[in-house]
Amino acid sequence: MKVVLKDLTKKFPGQGKNAPDVIAVNNFNVEIPDGKLIGLLGPSGCGKSTALNLISGLLSPTAGRIFFGEDDVTDLPPENRGVGLVFQNYALYPHLTVKQNILFPLQNLKGEDKLSKEEMLARAYDAAKLVQIEGLMDRKPKALSGGQQQRVAIARALVKMPRVLLLDEPLSNLDARLRLQTREELKRIQQKTKITTIFVTHDQEEAMSISDMIIVMESGVIQQIGQPQEVYDQPVNMFVAKFLGTPPINMFTGKAQGGRLFIGEDDVLPAPGTPDGGYNIGIRPEGFMPAENGPLCCAFRRIEVMGRDTSVIFSHPAAEADAVRAIISSANKPDGASGKIRFALRPDKVFLFDKTDGKRIAFRAE
Amino acid sequence: MEKNNAKGWLYLLPAILFLGVFMIYPLIDVFVYSFEEGYNSASQTFFGVGLYNYSYVLHDPYFLQALKNTFLLVIITVPLSTGLALLISTGLSSIKKLRNLFQTVYFLPYVTNTLAVGLVFMILFKKTAYTDGLVNLMINWFGGKSVDFIDGPYWAKMFVLCFYTIWIVMPFKVLILTSALASVDQNYYNAARIDGTSKFRIFTRITLPLISPMIFYLVITGFIGAFKAYSDAVALFGTDLNAAEMNTIVGYIYDMLYGNSGGYPSFASAAAIILFAIVLTITCINLIISKKHVHY
Repeated sequence: MKVVLKDLTKKFPGQGKNAPDVIAVNNFNVEIPDGKLIGLLGPSGCGKSTALNLISGLLSPTAGRIFFGEDDVTDLPPENRGVGLVFQNYALYPHLTVKQNILFPLQNLKGEDKLSKEEMLARAYDAAKLVQIEGLMDRKPKALSGGQQQRVAIARALVKMPRVLLLDEPLSNLDARLRLQTREELKRIQQKTKITTIFVTHDQEEAMSISDMIIVMESGVIQQIGQPQEVYDQPVNMFVAKFLGTPPINMFTGKAQGGRLFIGEDDVLPAPGTPDGGYNIGIRPEGFMPAENGPLCCAFRRIEVMGRDTSVIFSHPAAEADAVRAIISSANKPDGASGKIRFALRPDKVFLFDKTDGKRIAFRAE
Repeated sequence: MEKNNAKGWLYLLPAILFLGVFMIYPLIDVFVYSFEEGYNSASQTFFGVGLYNYSYVLHDPYFLQALKNTFLLVIITVPLSTGLALLISTGLSSIKKLRNLFQTVYFLPYVTNTLAVGLVFMILFKKTAYTDGLVNLMINWFGGKSVDFIDGPYWAKMFVLCFYTIWIVMPFKVLILTSALASVDQNYYNAARIDGTSKFRIFTRITLPLISPMIFYLVITGFIGAFKAYSDAVALFGTDLNAAEMNTIVGYIYDMLYGNSGGYPSFASAAAIILFAIVLTITCINLIISKKHVHY
């Protein structure tokens, strides 16, 4: 089911007298394709959960429309939208067994949709099998691990065969190892059911790894929509560039002059056609290549080896942060004995941003 | 380990000492008195040992009346007050405006003196030579006949007593249930809404089970409180409760000790032990039932 958000806006009244309204979701325009897994990504408090609740119907928008396929569902209550929602804390009913929890949505069906007991059980077991919890059906939620509870919550959301599945921070209550495992699981379930799935997360790695498409938002405004790699490689502005990527992008101040790009005093890359002036320059950690006669001259700090990654920590007078991190291949470990280290830059990992509005300025290094 | 044990007992000593002297010793004493025939607390003498006290009490029409009154009071007021409190607190938690005001209003009876309330009730319900009282005026207005609720027929007096008791115990129950309702995670309701659960089903399948521990607590304390009722009856009907046919078990015990017909600590002890046995049994039954129906 395609989900279309049109000019969607949600304002909350401000706290206190004369406080301005808080705009949690500001003029969203998105078309989410059918059968895809979509990550709604942004820092805490950016309005992503509000957006999810608008889609679910738990909140009603201040303005704008929501479409599922061709149906306008904006004025429908949540139960008539055909959405499944998995809550951040799972919200499993603690007094009901796993089976009763999964059956619960089915027992609500009325009229034509009403199912016989056998049908309900069959569907509950199908859902349980899908998330691999058939063996836990008679347990109470308290007797389950976090990961198992999550699966039950997903089964409960899937059992009524929703048109759209929504997940609010599905992995944030799990430990690191389980998180990796569960996100693969999410992907598998989504691919098997082919239900359009939207999940909210503040963890960019999570979003990047399993989403077919990510929506990056900040302060209620969509910053960029696209495939994860595309957003990573072609960020539209400084916020997106900074928000995506671990370790984060390194920011420098620099300038373009006479068709050359300068970081501090170092003439690093050709930049034909780029208007002269000051820019913020972002360089991904993998954009640095140690080179004996490289143009970027930095003060060497230390080398960190973490598993397969080797990081070089150094400083540069034009860098925004005190320490700059580059990730290099382990094969050619630089020698920092001189206290200096020189890098050549990979032009596709270097981004130029406007100093005033943070927009990315296209530049080619040929 | 041994050393720790000694230390543990030392820490417990103050509590044990006080409980022992002021609770366990009197309890045992009452138990002993209840078997001593004609015990006199002044001379510390008695004629013999046996079940005569119990036999006397259980054949005393006043005690049987008190027993009947107490049971009626318990059976009527506990379910009614708990049910009403549940209704009121559900109502309270579903409104936003004026919620604090209503919460205060409902809590007022709790801080009001029992005897003062009794006086007000008496004025409302009593029929005198000069006036029929406000309640009777209302009954008349609806076309009914005046009833003397304070000195009249048994059912009318029982009605006032139950009404009064419910009114007095309600605020505490409303308070407890309102906070229990407030502590139910909003996400459960959201989840239920997404799944299209009807309001009634949300209440019976989610809200009630989740606050069941609190309801159970109120039922148990309600039972115990109602079995121990005495001051309510005094506030409404004065101290000569036997004459008014409105005595309760605790009232009977009091009368046996200090009342006009008093001076019989042995009978009072036997009655107290009977009350204790009743409360214990009821509480055990409650606990067994709750194991099946209360979650967590």
